Amino acid sequence: MALLSVKDLHVNFDTNDGVVNAVSGVSFDIAAGECVGIVGESGSGKSQLFMAATGLLVGNGTATGSVKLQGKEILNLAVNDLNQLRGNDVGMIFQDPLTALTPHMRVGRQMSEVIALHRNVTGKKARQVCLQWLERVRIPDADRRLNQYPHELSGGMRQRVMIAMAMLCEPVLLIADEPTTALDVTVQAEVLELMLEMREAHGTAIALITHDMGVVAKMCDRVQVMRSGKFVECGNVETVFAQPQNDYTRRLLDAMPRIDSVVNRRKISTTRPLLQANDVRVSFQVAEARGLFRRRQLLRAVDGVSFDLYEGETLGIVGESGCGKSTLARAVLRLIEADGGSVSWLGSNLGELDRQSMIAARKDLQIVFQDPLASLDPRMTIADSIAEPLRTFRPDLTRRERRAEVQQMMQRVGLEPAMLNRYPHELSGGQNQRVGIARAMINRPKLIICDEAVSALDVSIQAQILTLLKALQEEFGLSMLFISHDLSVVRAISDRVMVIYLGRVVELADSESLCANPVHPYTQALISSVPVPDPVAERKRQRIRIPGELPSPLDRSARLRFLPSKLKAGEINYVPVLAEVATGHFVAEHDSLAEILENSAVTNVKTHG
Amino acid sequence: MLGYALRRLLVAIPTLLLLVIACFFLMHAAPGGPFTSERPLPPEVLANIEARYGLDQPLWKQLWDYVSNIVLRFDFGPSFVFKDRDVNDIIAQGFPISLTYGTLSFLVATIAGVALGIAAAIRHNTWVDYFAVSLGIAAQALPNFIMGPILILTFTLWLGWLPGGGWNGGQWPYLIMPVIALSTSYMGSIARITRSSMLEVMNSNFIRTARAKGLPERRIIYRHALKPALLPVISYLGPVFVYVLTGSVFVDIYFSTGGLGKSYVSSALTRDYAVLLGVTILYGALTVVVNLLTDLAYAWFDPKIRFQ
Repeated sequence: MALLSVKDLHVNFDTNDGVVNAVSGVSFDIAAGECVGIVGESGSGKSQLFMAATGLLVGNGTATGSVKLQGKEILNLAVNDLNQLRGNDVGMIFQDPLTALTPHMRVGRQMSEVIALHRNVTGKKARQVCLQWLERVRIPDADRRLNQYPHELSGGMRQRVMIAMAMLCEPVLLIADEPTTALDVTVQAEVLELMLEMREAHGTAIALITHDMGVVAKMCDRVQVMRSGKFVECGNVETVFAQPQNDYTRRLLDAMPRIDSVVNRRKISTTRPLLQANDVRVSFQVAEARGLFRRRQLLRAVDGVSFDLYEGETLGIVGESGCGKSTLARAVLRLIEADGGSVSWLGSNLGELDRQSMIAARKDLQIVFQDPLASLDPRMTIADSIAEPLRTFRPDLTRRERRAEVQQMMQRVGLEPAMLNRYPHELSGGQNQRVGIARAMINRPKLIICDEAVSALDVSIQAQILTLLKALQEEFGLSMLFISHDLSVVRAISDRVMVIYLGRVVELADSESLCANPVHPYTQALISSVPVPDPVAERKRQRIRIPGELPSPLDRSARLRFLPSKLKAGEINYVPVLAEVATGHFVAEHDSLAEILENSAVTNVKTHG
Repeated sequence: MLGYALRRLLVAIPTLLLLVIACFFLMHAAPGGPFTSERPLPPEVLANIEARYGLDQPLWKQLWDYVSNIVLRFDFGPSFVFKDRDVNDIIAQGFPISLTYGTLSFLVATIAGVALGIAAAIRHNTWVDYFAVSLGIAAQALPNFIMGPILILTFTLWLGWLPGGGWNGGQWPYLIMPVIALSTSYMGSIARITRSSMLEVMNSNFIRTARAKGLPERRIIYRHALKPALLPVISYLGPVFVYVLTGSVFVDIYFSTGGLGKSYVSSALTRDYAVLLGVTILYGALTVVVNLLTDLAYAWFDPKIRFQ
């Protein structure tokens, strides 16, 4: 008998624009101890399917059909009866662990209320159980975490708390809704492995809702591909990945950039650099309360980064959250002032330009931001947004000429010129990002910085935007700085890649050699954490793990995490030297992996003890 | 946190000093004075009186004497209008009255408003919600100078249940109408703020998590939703507390309660410099303290707030 059996499930939302069909007639089973992936892009109804099954649909949603858990009908059960199951037989993990935990309650209290409710265990005994679970999900210094608030934990730790909380009553089914989407790759790998361990140890079945084929390849036995409320393909992971039957599945798989694929190298002329960054430094003052007086601490967001960018080249910049990659981009464009180093553009120092000449220089220096909706003015039509740079830099154009330019550019980036008078909220995320690109491109700049420009988009849209950027680059001879946390995306588009760790460059090489022969342990850890959308290859890969969470940029010793010998020698301000190990392949000074692992174990005990 | 509170109180000293200086010069900039009347006094008499109150001194000297008297002896000086009474007396008599019915009104407005708002949010789009929303809007539309006459007409003149005014040491029949008059419109506002923020919180991700844990709805509301939902209410309550104390002039007039609000307004009209300044400083200090309490309450409701 199947553990969870869904038959002909329909989910409808009653909106002002009529009834919206989110899930239409879906049937599937999950066996005990099985891990099933539900894959689809945003709006495919994959989350609503499970919200309906657990009775968590929002007010205007209705569900019909049948959902049986261990043979018992649970669809549209009364809330009181559902509460017997939720948290007890069925545990749930959600995407964003910061907003998914109650902000004003201590971790221990949020956890213990679950066993108080379902197991009638309270007080010291409950605390003991919670502590055990936090240790089981490998949270360092678990005893102290029980008294902390969610915001005091890192993203990865919060998600571990979510998992521990969902596992407290040892449920038979764990529903994980995009559990690692908001996390860095190394943390994602840790969390996924933890879920597999839980399944191994407790026989918990996992329903994994995700858009990431790589995650599915790593985790699942079976996969259900969902599109517009229906399953288009299902089967064993190996079969579906090796021989996808459905067009849509094939497109999803093809759209995933792979870190182990072969990329054609382009010839870049390296005679004259267009952009030169030399020892760029940016720091912020962070206030900290100490008794009656405030103490200011210096946060070095970018700490001496140098690079050259040649004409027509794309340089990828990769790093985990808080490494300073976006700050670097803003400093290069002087959107924030650097407090050290210089950036020269076509031989002239940007930092020395006065206001007028800087504005003039911006014609050639453009940027595309991460969140396409938030970076467009909601009260301007998209044509006005695109035309704005024209008004500034080519005021001689007549209205009609400007309009023609805008329409031409819209066509070029794949927007219907008829959408001229639409507002950003009327467009999809991908369309808005095309608007952002059109706005950046309208004056034919020489440099575009893409700051996480595709991170918020679905895989298929992401692939389309990457293709568009490449085509525009060919056509206009653009140079690009492509910033992302996603190494496989960066690799797919960049000629060279620079890896940044806590404001410093750790490795810089052409994208092929960087991914094939990474030298620095941090790069190795990053690359081995990126899941490959191929179940056979993915399960054979060996992951290089550097224990512990991503440290805070305020922690000065964290900068020498890969050089513990200098740390031991007391040289806390030592700056690792960047050495050229092969032509064009630069690696920061580091100790051997064995040495780093040994030492991080020691420091972990020290900091958390 | 103690360091933070102390620092805030230290900052209050220059703030209050600035307030005193600004009020002092504004008062003196206006034409006329406390002893100007329709029948002008003979110049020698006027000079005599002014010398008695120190008004013949240069302004900066008057200001210096005033401030140093407060700092050294906590003496706010004599009233210019009421002979034989000084400002300390007037405040000591009126302030406890204002404080009593002000605090009561504040409590009534807060408790009734929050309860009404939560009930409306939980029973969203039902008759409870509609009733609470209409009650809130109606209450908001009735400021105390409208409520006062309505209450007196109804309960004193028509029904004859309650005394129409007076204080009588604050016995409860004398308290009821002032408190209702003062609290109604604030209650309406509080109810509306509570309702909308509660609705927002009930749709947030962590409430979904709490439901996924199998917690009963009642516990979700009290344990998970209430604190974050009350945050915007707290920031509104701080100013409200100061308003119910300062805005009580209508209550003092309609119900003859004898609170400080009436003395404040009449001192401004009669140019009783000392009383006006004294009460201004009192309200200023009160505002500083209440703002500090609001910020401390904020930290208790939201652990993310750290004092710097």
